[in-house]
This record gives sequence, structure tokens and C-alpha cells, in this order.
Amino acid sequence: MGFFGKLKESLSKTRKNFIEKIDSIVTGRKVIDEDLYEELEEALIQADVGIDAALELVENLRVEVKKRRLSNPEELYAVLKDLIQDILGEETATLNRASAQPAVIMVVGVNGVGKTTTIGKLAHYYKENGNSVLLSAADTFRAAAIDQLEIWGNRVGAAVIKHSEGSDPAAVAFDSLHAARARKIDVLIVDTAGRLHTKSNLMEELKKVHRVLGREMPDAPHEVLLVLDATTGQNAISQARLFKEAVGVTGLVLTKLDGTAKGGVIIAIKQGLDIPIKMIGVGEGIDDLRPFDAREFVDALFARDKKTEEQVG
Amino acid sequence: MVFSGLAEKLQETFKKLRGKGRLTEEDVDQALKEVRRALIGADVNFLVVKDFIARIRERAVGLDVLQSLTPAQQVIKIVHDELATLMGGTRSKIELAPAPPTVVMMVGLQGGGKTTTTAKLANHMRRQGRRPMLVACDIYRPAAIKQLQVLGGQLDVPVFDMGDNVAPPDIARTAVEKARREGNDLVILDTAGRLHIDEGLMTELQNIMETVKPNEILLVVDSMTGQDAVNVAKAFNERLSLTGVILTKLDGDTRGGAALSVKTVTGCPIKFVGMGEKLDALEDFHPDRMADRILGMGDMLTLIEKAQANFDQEQVEILNNRIRSMEFTLEDFVQQISQVKKMGPLDQILGMIPGLGGMKKLKDLEVDDKDLVFVEAIISSMTPWERQHPQEINGSRRRRIAQGSGTSVQEVNRLLKQFEQTRKMMRQLMDMGKGAKKGKKNLLGFGKKGSPF
Ligand SMILES: Nc1nc2c(ncn2[C@@H]2O[C@H](COP(=O)(O)OP(=O)(O)OP(=O)(O)O)[C@@H](O)[C@H]2O)c(=O)[nH]1
Ligand SMILES: Nc1nc2c(ncn2[C@@H]2O[C@H](COP(=O)(O)OP(=O)(O)O)[C@@H](O)[C@H]2O)c(=O)[nH]1
Ligand SMILES: [Mg+2]
Ligand SMILES: [Mg+2]
Repeated sequence: MGFFGKLKESLSKTRKNFIEKIDSIVTGRKVIDEDLYEELEEALIQADVGIDAALELVENLRVEVKKRRLSNPEELYAVLKDLIQDILGEETATLNRASAQPAVIMVVGVNGVGKTTTIGKLAHYYKENGNSVLLSAADTFRAAAIDQLEIWGNRVGAAVIKHSEGSDPAAVAFDSLHAARARKIDVLIVDTAGRLHTKSNLMEELKKVHRVLGREMPDAPHEVLLVLDATTGQNAISQARLFKEAVGVTGLVLTKLDGTAKGGVIIAIKQGLDIPIKMIGVGEGIDDLRPFDAREFVDALFARDKKTEEQVG
Repeated sequence: MVFSGLAEKLQETFKKLRGKGRLTEEDVDQALKEVRRALIGADVNFLVVKDFIARIRERAVGLDVLQSLTPAQQVIKIVHDELATLMGGTRSKIELAPAPPTVVMMVGLQGGGKTTTTAKLANHMRRQGRRPMLVACDIYRPAAIKQLQVLGGQLDVPVFDMGDNVAPPDIARTAVEKARREGNDLVILDTAGRLHIDEGLMTELQNIMETVKPNEILLVVDSMTGQDAVNVAKAFNERLSLTGVILTKLDGDTRGGAALSVKTVTGCPIKFVGMGEKLDALEDFHPDRMADRILGMGDMLTLIEKAQANFDQEQVEILNNRIRSMEFTLEDFVQQISQVKKMGPLDQILGMIPGLGGMKKLKDLEVDDKDLVFVEAIISSMTPWERQHPQEINGSRRRRIAQGSGTSVQEVNRLLKQFEQTRKMMRQLMDMGKGAKKGKKNLLGFGKKGSPF
């Protein structure tokens, strides 16, 4: 079901520069030549697509151009966009929804990527759509993380289940799930502490949170969202792989796309790990969450704004 | 030595050059393609890579292949040295004001680690006799002030705030005045994370700068940052004339090419690196190690230093000799595990070893406290002969040992496998250590002699 269709509608009004800076690389080009291929390769690399994926895409592009005997740069460009879109998937991914109450969403990721903020926005979205929401403060590690989530809870009008700082996150998750059931809550969103994917003790802790939720409610968590910062380079691949291995990530959220970073690394992630990209973050405000739209994303990938146009000295 | 991906690829490239005299331009270009790939793979900005490759090319063309048997390693050495030189420069030090208080301002994108680093820096400077005061200039992020207060509380360092309704330049000014009055000789301003294209908020930073004239303006950069690092660093530098950079989250597995990008566009020294979430996890920046890391060669020197700081020297000597003569036994293994545990999380340590960075291999080597109890139980159920001859422990012996230690045969198997792997790894380390840095001595014979390559 188009869980996010409505969100898309409501957000298409809030036009961020993410979409405004679109202007294709091929504008004004007359012929397909080596220069163009090279520039496209560089544009891909600059967008953090990664050198291997970039080279492969450009290689496939050459093959297509030959096969279809293309001569117009505009056509070539369209082919490239199609190639990328094929990887990303045409359809807007939707959030998994439990048939039972509550739908449990667990949010994970490395430090500082935007997990808590995304939870605030997501909670707001659900509330706006008439769902009751409960937040679980299972980041018991970072200083004032609980306060941060509570502020978001106040903003959107959702209660927060919390223990004290330093307590067991799995215990918080456990209590939250029970509270959500007792209060007949529609959606429970679990915040977790940022952790580097290479720290096995912290990943074990995360697995335990996941396990406890699953033990208390079969199929829970129904959605495990991995938050990736669009500013991140190739390390995001390692993040995705190890978080998926640990807690079976079901979807990605790509944040901070309101900056100049393009987040191209998700192409390699989608290709290699097949995790759907579900949402994007385009700001720090309560409304700055949007469903992921592959077409729009690909357009932005090649968008050139003044800031990125300048040469490095 | 263990070869990183780049070393292997260069070796491939140069294989066909056997018997050739000097490297021609074509040979070099072939090799530089691999270097480019490695650097971009490590997230160095592609324009920075372009410049860099051009410099390397000059040095590599005409290299004498016959002189050295391994042109691949020669190229790596050139690349490595050039990287280290580019990232090097001034020492990791905070410039103190002639008349206190010294004012340090932390700036950067959202979530980069400014607040944590503010506290870490206070901790670091206090050890040098400073009396720091932290200032909460982030009035936007929910609970940002509280976060700083909590961290300050952990360190027992004063935190100044004026709530979230006063403009940050005013907060900064008031704080500096208060510090002067109360004898705090170091003021560290924690500012809100912001996008470099956010006009309003960038102007706010400029206003703070003009109001309190900081002695240091430090850009805090997440070491996992990709290509965009140049845009960010450039914008912050243009608006604020940065004096230094701090790279955070280097405790993970990022190759950290952003270090080179940021250094190139700002020209500012990288002063410190963040190595964890705890407040003592701030370390000096070592361009040499960073070059290793960007090239995927592992952070051998950090590993060695860590080991040296924590190992009992005498025991190390003994272990050293045993490993060298392959006499390393299960008894040594127990001892070694408890030593290694003192060094910090094992996965982090192993992650620094070239070739072991890929997590898969580490799975079998993971050791935690519970494991250690098992390990000790299992080993103490062995006969002295068995401890000296682990290869000879057959099925029936394994069953007996399992029974004696209250474990299972699987656990005994696992231990023996871990032991074998450790022994192998130790050998690898030794081989590699032979090529490690000059002047460093000791652990497992690391760093005996010779150049890195
Ligand atoms: N510009 C921008 N900033 C964002 C976005 N999402 C989050 N942020 C900011 O990034 C910073 C970190 O966000 P948090 O939500 O605290 O991130 P987190 O992953 O919960 O962080 P930890 O819990 O510390 O690991 C905050 O300053 C947020 O306001 C976004 O889409 N765009
Ligand atoms: N692993 C790791 N985490 C860090 C490091 N420095 C900061 N962090 C974490 O990164 C997140 C964001 O840090 P914070 O200081 O709030 O960033 P700010 O938004 O720039 O002030 C927090 O979860 C910190 O604990 C570091 O060096 N290593
Ligand atoms: Mg958080
Ligand atoms: Mg902060």
C-alpha cells in the first residue's frame, strides 16, 4: 500500500534546493565524445557513486550507445539515467506495516547521521495521518540523547518511554513495546545510540535490542531503518553491510540532502545489498522528510550548482 | 609483508616489466591509474587526486626499475611519502593567546562531532595545566546545551550557557568576559552544526568570530566524509579563515581520504583526531599513519604504540622470541590474550592490521571476557605436553579436555582454531614488522630495521 503517497503529496510543496539546482551536465553539448564520457564519470565520482560503480556505469553506457547508435548527448544522458534508475528501482518504496498493533520501527546507524531527527520527522508524519505514536529512548549512551528525543516527542505530541542514562537499551525497548501494547499505540519508533559498525560489542548490544523486540512480538521490528548521511563517502557501504548483517536492515534513510553532497554511494549499496531506499532527509525541520524518489534523486545527482562547479585550488 | 589491494594491483601492473630498464611514461600511467582508483576509493576528492597524480607522475617517470626488484613498492613509497608530506606540517598544538583567555571556536557540519570534541579538547588541555570553560553556542539543536552540560559535568569543567534565546555572538562575548574575570585561561565555543551553504548561519559564525576574535577556529570533520569534504572545507575556510582541522570517528574502518581533501583546500594543519566517543579519545594527528590508512595499508604504527603502552616489556621480549622460533604455545596464548585485552577492544586493534581490516576474518578471532574464562579452563585441562604440542591434540584428547573443563568438543576445537590463527597472524605481524618504521622497537620484533617498503 502506498504508505507514503500522501507524504509525497504534502511535501512536494516544500521545494528545497535539493530539487531546485537541477541543470543537466549535457546542456549545450553537441556531440558524444571522450570528453563527455569523462565528465560523466567525474560527475558520478563527485557524487560519491564510487570509482568502481562509476566506471562500470560509464562502460555500460558506451555499450548502450553503440548498440543503439546514439549520437545525441541528450539521448546518452537519458540512457545513463535509466541505467541508474534500473539499479535504484523505479517504484517508491513503502514502509512495512504490521497487521498487528503496534508497527515497530527500529532506527539504527553510525554516530551523528540523523537518526533522532528522522524519528522526530517520522513521528510527526504518522501523527499527521491520524496514527498514535510512541517513542522509545533506547539511546541510553550519548549525553542528553534522551532529552533530545523528548523534545521531539513534545514537538510532535508523542509520549517517550525512557530509563536513565546508561541503562540497558534492550530493557527500554522491552518496556516500550509493552507500553505501546497497553496503550494501543499504532506505531512504536525505537531510537538507538549511534555506533560504528566495526565495534562488535556495540553491534551485539544492538542485536539484543532487535532480539528482545522480536521475542515480545513475532515479526517485530517490522522495519529496521538504517540512516545514512549523504555526506558520507564509500564507508557507507561498509556501514550498510555490517548493519544489515547484524540486524537485517529493511530500508535506508538518506539524510542531509539539503547540502551539496549527493549521496551517490547508495547506488552501490542498492546494487550490492539490495536494501531499498525509503526516505530522504532535506533539513532539520519537522517537515523535512520525503519519500525517496529515484528519478528525482538521479536528476539531482547530475545537477550542478555553483558551489560544486568551482574548481579546487 | 601483507599486501594491500593497491600493492597487489601495482604488482600485477609491473609484472610484465621484469627485465625492463626504466619506467616509461606508459608504465607509470598504467600504475597511476591504480593509484587514482585507490585514492578515490578512499574518498579523496577527485580534483585533489588529479593534482596529486600529476605530482607523483613527475617523480615516478624515469624511475630505475632494475635498481629495485619491486617497482610496485617503489611507486607505493613515492605515493605514501608524498601523501604524508602533503598532510604534514605544523604540530598538534593549540595556539595560546599572549593574554588569556585563549579562545577556541569549533565549527562544522551537523553531527560531525563538535560537541564531543569540545569536551575532549578541554580534557586534553586541562592535562597541560589549562583551566578551560566550555560555552554552549548551539541554541538550535534540541538538547544541545544539555549535552554540553553533561559532558562538562563528566569532566568537572564549567559550562557556560545563556539558554537558547540569546544570540550566539552575545553568548560568546559574555562567556569570554566571565572567563577573564574568573581566571579560566581557555574558552572553547561549541557552535551549532550547519550547512556550509546556509547563508544565515554562516554569517552568524562570522559574527561570533568578529565579536570574540578566537585564537583558533577549528573545523571538525567526520573522517567518513566523501567527495563533498572539499566544498565544505572551502566554504568554512573562506568565511572564517580556519586555523586547524580535527578529524573525528577515525576509530572505525573509514580510509579517511577526506583528510587529504580538507588539508589540500584549506592548507590548515590537521591538529587532532577523534578515536572514540569517550572523552579521552583524542589523539595527535600522524600524517604518516594517515597515508598508510588512505592507501589501505593499515595503521601499523598506532597498533605498535598501543601495544607498547600496554604490554609488559619483559613478557613481550619472551613472547617475541617464542614467536620467532615458532615455540608460541597455548600457555603463551592465554597470556597474550590477557595482554591484548588491556590494549582495548580487540576488534579495533585487529582492524588496524593490514589485510585483517575486512571483518569476515575477524569473526573467529573475537575474544571477550567470557571467552577468556573458557579459554583458561580448557587450557588448564590439558597436559603440559599438550600445551606444548597443540598440533598433536587429536579427537580423543579433545574429548577428554572438553570433559575436564566442562566445555564441549566444539569449544575446544574453536579454541585450537583461534590459537592457530593467532599464531599465523603473529607470524604475519612479524614479517610486516620487519618493514615497519625505523627507530620503533620491541613488540614482537616490530620495526627492527629498514624503510616501510
Ligand atoms: N541539514 C540537515 N541536518 C540534519 C538532517 N538530519 C539531521 N540533521 C542534523 O544532524 C545532527 C545530528 O542529528 P541527530 O538526529 O542528533 O543524529 P543521530 O544519528 O541521532 O546522532 P547520535 O545519536 O549522536 O548518533 C543534528 O544537528 C540534526 O539537526 C538533514 O536532513 N539535514
Ligand atoms: N565513534 C566516534 N564517535 C564520535 C566521535 N566524535 C563524536 N562522536 C559521536 O558522534 C555523534 C555526534 O557528535 P556531536 O559531538 O553531538 O556532534 P555535533 O553535532 O557536531 O556537535 C555523537 O554520537 C558522538 O558520540 C569519534 O571520534 N568517534
Ligand atoms: Mg540520536
Ligand atoms: Mg553539537
